[in-house]
Amino acid sequence: MWSKSLLWPAVILLFLALPFVIDSNYYLSILIVIGLYTIIVQGLGILMGYAGQVSFGHAGFFGLGGYTVAILTTRFDWSPVFALIAAVILPGLIAAIIGRPTLKLRELYLALGTMGFGILIHTLFNEGRELTGGPSGISGIPYLSIGGLSFDSDIKFFYLVWAVVLLVLIGINNLIRSRVGRALRAISESEHAAETAGIDTGKLKLKAFIFSALLAGLAGGLYAFYITFISPSPFGFHTSVQFVLMAVVGGLGTFLGPLLGAALVVLLGELLRWVIPLVIPGAGGEYEIIFFGLILVFLMIFRPKGLGAFGKNLKPPAVKPSVAPE
Amino acid sequence: MLLEVQGLTKHFGGVAAVRDVGFEVSEGTIFALIGPNGAGKTTVFNLITGILRPDSGFIHFLGKPLDGLKPHQVSAAGITRTFQNLQLFNGMTVLENVMTGAYLNGKTGFVRSLLRMPGINAEDKLISKQALTLLSEVGLESVADIPAAALPFGQQRLLEIARSLASGPRLILLDEPAAGLNSAETKTLAIFLKKLKQNGLSMVLVEHDMETVMEVADRILVLNFGEGISEGTPAEIQADPEVIRAYLGEDDQIA
Repeated sequence: MWSKSLLWPAVILLFLALPFVIDSNYYLSILIVIGLYTIIVQGLGILMGYAGQVSFGHAGFFGLGGYTVAILTTRFDWSPVFALIAAVILPGLIAAIIGRPTLKLRELYLALGTMGFGILIHTLFNEGRELTGGPSGISGIPYLSIGGLSFDSDIKFFYLVWAVVLLVLIGINNLIRSRVGRALRAISESEHAAETAGIDTGKLKLKAFIFSALLAGLAGGLYAFYITFISPSPFGFHTSVQFVLMAVVGGLGTFLGPLLGAALVVLLGELLRWVIPLVIPGAGGEYEIIFFGLILVFLMIFRPKGLGAFGKNLKPPAVKPSVAPE
Repeated sequence: MLLEVQGLTKHFGGVAAVRDVGFEVSEGTIFALIGPNGAGKTTVFNLITGILRPDSGFIHFLGKPLDGLKPHQVSAAGITRTFQNLQLFNGMTVLENVMTGAYLNGKTGFVRSLLRMPGINAEDKLISKQALTLLSEVGLESVADIPAAALPFGQQRLLEIARSLASGPRLILLDEPAAGLNSAETKTLAIFLKKLKQNGLSMVLVEHDMETVMEVADRILVLNFGEGISEGTPAEIQADPEVIRAYLGEDDQIA
């Protein structure tokens, strides 16, 4: 019999063997994209699931990371490693600057504020031609090389991205079980009570926002090294919405939610793009969106807490209070 | 003087929720605020803890003004509270609730938590041990690992008090701690509050259960329509005809 402790190593080993089974670059690239999105949604999940703040601007941070790598490596001849570090730090700095006023907003206003930021950044990518290359973007980004190791193939990149996913997963698991994690969970349960416990909720929300921006920047930097070309189109408002969707569909406050959410949204998108033209000849992209929406609506009806809401959750499930015994 | 409140006034729209309220709480005593619903008792708590800002008046704690402090800074200054409608962290275990209440006693920050730097486990173990000691004082150590939401109501009240004690405050504000408790639970609560007082903790109590108030309070302030109408010892308050008129109606006697 397999004990439970053997299950996870087995799953991970099987996953690591995937590139040898899959000999199609198409499938491998999908797995890499899922990994990159998972990194972003992991950070967004902390922001949304614990600090209770929504962001419709994370494609902006994602793009900032990507453009940082593209500009620094092609225009300023930075070494890839330093460019990647900058791609993490810059979005974090910008989040620290815009976070303080933005996080004072609540609910709908916060959504609009972050959305405005995302659109602003996207516009800058399009219009800042001297630096960003405008709509045609920047090509010729070198491969990422760390020490003597160059990530010049999809297989190598697959392992790099999923190693990062695993590290972030471990980090978040550490975080949630710590003093800071308890404070974050406290904010999502009752902000008044959290303040009473001495938690500076404004500051902690800001930290969660910065953390999520750092991860989005990291994913963006890796994305630029993977595609070796960058243009504004993947960083629009639509992408920000998709990130929020992944976080919610995967399940906020759950361990595997970000991964499941990213996988479902990416795979569903690919599947619909392939299936719909078979069913409805000549159907355009708008049909995809309709079916996509329908599937997600049904999913949220039948699994309102998201795909990850089973088994071992980061947040223990709430239990209905029982009646006080006499 | 531990807590000094003077000329405290707060309007909501045109209505004065609290008008010119003043009182003093000495170290190691229990001070009760009583009065009919809507008299402004919870508003006074919200003003002291920084959830609301007063229109005028001042609040001094240990000789220092609390003006403009945010709720978490008031906690850091040594005042914590409970809520009339419980505000537990329902998804967390009983133990985690109390450990979160001890947030101010820890140091571990965001980055150190992510990386699980050395020293974190030791700090967490210490805080968890202290939290368990506190839970055993309120008789909840056997349910330490179940979600707070699964506790019966009476135990949830006790848990909220334990959480408010966890950071080691000088003063706690208890907003109707006996509401929803049965008579046996209320008696246990009164005994516990007196024990806390013996240990040197000071309390401000908002409570409708007069038996408990008269038993535990050292001094009482009666509020009616936002104004203080009488202050004194339980015996003095019970003998004050104006209190009886305002609070209980003409014919009743205070328990």
